Amino acid sequence: MLILTCPYCGIDADETELAAGGQAHIKRETVGASDDDFETYMFMRENPKGVHFERWRHANGCGKWFHAARCTMTLEVFGTYEAQSYEPPAEIRAAISAKRPGWSWGRFS
Amino acid sequence: MKRYSAFAIAREAARYHQGWERAWASPEPKARYDAIIVGAGGHGLATAYYLGKNFGITNLAVIEKGWLGGGNTGRNTTIIRSNYLQDPSAAIYEKARSLYETMSQDLNYNVMFSPRGVLMLAQTHHEVRGYQRTAYANALQGVKTEFIGPQRVKEICPIMNIEGPRYPVMGGLWQARGGTARHDAVAWGYARACSDMGMDILQKTEVTGVTREDGKVTGVETSRGAIGCDKLGIVVAGHSGHLAEMAGFRLPIESVALQALVSEPIKPCMDIVVMANTVHGYLSQSDKGEMVIGGGTDSYNNYTQRGSFHHIEETVRALIETFPMISRLKMLRQWGGIVDVTGDRSPILSKTPLENCFINCGWGTGGFKAIPGSGWGFAELMAKGSSPLTAEFGLDRFREGRFIDESVAAGVAH
Repeated sequence: MLILTCPYCGIDADETELAAGGQAHIKRETVGASDDDFETYMFMRENPKGVHFERWRHANGCGKWFHAARCTMTLEVFGTYEAQSYEPPAEIRAAISAKRPGWSWGRFS
Repeated sequence: MKRYSAFAIAREAARYHQGWERAWASPEPKARYDAIIVGAGGHGLATAYYLGKNFGITNLAVIEKGWLGGGNTGRNTTIIRSNYLQDPSAAIYEKARSLYETMSQDLNYNVMFSPRGVLMLAQTHHEVRGYQRTAYANALQGVKTEFIGPQRVKEICPIMNIEGPRYPVMGGLWQARGGTARHDAVAWGYARACSDMGMDILQKTEVTGVTREDGKVTGVETSRGAIGCDKLGIVVAGHSGHLAEMAGFRLPIESVALQALVSEPIKPCMDIVVMANTVHGYLSQSDKGEMVIGGGTDSYNNYTQRGSFHHIEETVRALIETFPMISRLKMLRQWGGIVDVTGDRSPILSKTPLENCFINCGWGTGGFKAIPGSGWGFAELMAKGSSPLTAEFGLDRFREGRFIDESVAAGVAH
């Protein structure tokens, strides 16, 4: 079972305690966006075999949204961090680079 | 190809079964083909078969990274039905169901199609109304289904407890001509027929790149060298995003794990397929006597082919209220498959931004039942550039807001 550490309350939460919220770091588009940009925002998703960034909610706990960096091939968790982040923090990126040198995901690497 | 028949069995029995041929050849790749299909699962092989049978394109290779039918074709719960709400879905799934009826004769290969009937249980008032609506839609589409009451459900499936306190059975959507088939045999039968038409099935050959020139596809790079082609069909389910990236476009798809499990074999007790969408479980009994149970998908992206254990618990916990007699059964095997899910839970059979490159993916959790219909339509799309069966399933429907919204219509099990 997937276990993620909630960065707010510090609890190691089983996946039954959490709700998955899909891809993280999506750039949201609104009125005036081009068709391409809006389609990308609405439908196109990163679907990597490997490093992935996701939104999760500690639904049956403190209720807070947070971000997780995870491997979709091994279910290894590289770390979790606050939802109020525009990009993965340096220590999370370093933790990923230590285990998956040369990784890239969307606009991050 | 020597035909399989009762006479052939007698003939081979008389000579110690030494005359059976290999069902399909394993040739070396040629430098160039008229068409290449990537992915030798059910959908890929069916596409190749109908390209040959309906359009005479037999200078064709089917390229497979692993082995034939080794992905989701061999990992599903083999349910065949066509009781969909939306017209484009009903059309392609009904085409598939009707092709399954004659597939064994057509391929000269016993795919063990068993039209035993599929019953989708209504266990809430919302489901009752939803399935009544689907029954009316199916009547307009020419798909034979009917909404039946709880007493009829009990007659059709006596082992069911229709008075469960939490999940009472309030009726069901009954498709008498739905059923199951032997999933491996579908892949093997198509492969044998394709090989017989002179097509090359290249197993253990991984595609590592798509070569293009002036916005047109010119071939693929593989682990066994470069192979040229005029037309390319990508039919690789969970790995579609990966191939699309090689071809230079993106897909609105995410891959998740879907699980199934089978019990120890027991005496025949249930001769239909039951789907219970409220609790998200489905149940049928295999010819060996095992109860085949399908469960839910994980909620997060995943390529592990395992799935989370708590989904099994949820599925089984709910099913044993409706089927009390299975509560003591031991489970023998559990496995997961990687399913490619689109935003509207309907597949993509489409041209792509790369000319002469076509994609067939996004079948999500319900691809097996569609195999012949998908192959039929996708072959027409590849050969002629358009097909009435696939017209609504284009990649541009997301941008244009023309969803085929089965995620709402079909509930969850799909």
